[in-house]
Amino acid sequence: MLPMLAEITGTGDDLISAGGAIGAGFAYGLAAIGPGIGIGYLVGQSVQAMARQPEAAGMVRTTMFLGIAFTEALALIGFVVFILLGL
Amino acid sequence: MSEAFVTRLDGPSPEREIAHDLVRRALPVAPVLVLIGAIGWGVGGALSAGYAVFLVLVNFLLAAALLTWSARISLALMMGAALVGYVLRLGLIFAAVVLVKDAGWVKLWPLGLSLIVTHVGLLFWETRYVSASLAFPGLRPAPISAPSGS
Repeated sequence: MLPMLAEITGTGDDLISAGGAIGAGFAYGLAAIGPGIGIGYLVGQSVQAMARQPEAAGMVRTTMFLGIAFTEALALIGFVVFILLGL
Repeated sequence: MSEAFVTRLDGPSPEREIAHDLVRRALPVAPVLVLIGAIGWGVGGALSAGYAVFLVLVNFLLAAALLTWSARISLALMMGAALVGYVLRLGLIFAAVVLVKDAGWVKLWPLGLSLIVTHVGLLFWETRYVSASLAFPGLRPAPISAPSGS
């Protein structure tokens, strides 16, 4: 498989750089999935809390906003790894 | 029959309050990051660090604006705005970095490190000033100093 790919892509260096780019892309995609699930769960629970207890909505929104930002930090770390490895 | 559940959230927006406070706290910190970038990587490092700080602050402000806007319409829209906003903001950061990555002044290491350090650092710093109580849902009120005569 690899020799065939090397034949198609040209030199081995091309293959290595292509593999690096593909790997970095996968890493970024995988790094974005986890926070996506986390934010979905977080916001879903927050909306439920606000609907059940409207007087606490301000407090819940504050916690939700900070939670989203903290969760998003994980995706940002994945993005930074992506730009440093393969962009 | 009165509505048993809330469909929209009127009133003050704690997200906007927190995002503005994050920006206010970032302004004195940004020159330090730029200086570190300049010491480590020269002019390119300084510009890259400044650009990263700018991206993080725009990201916070955009997140707060989206949530504030959608909460005034409906809770369901707020949920959608939070999820779509996440993808949208990640896409914007991606585009903002891809557009400048080949520019001469961009150094990827200070850009990436400043992105993470600014984002996480500001958030941890902000948690010290957040009240999240029923009386003060957003930021903690400033302490009232006792009158000097008492």
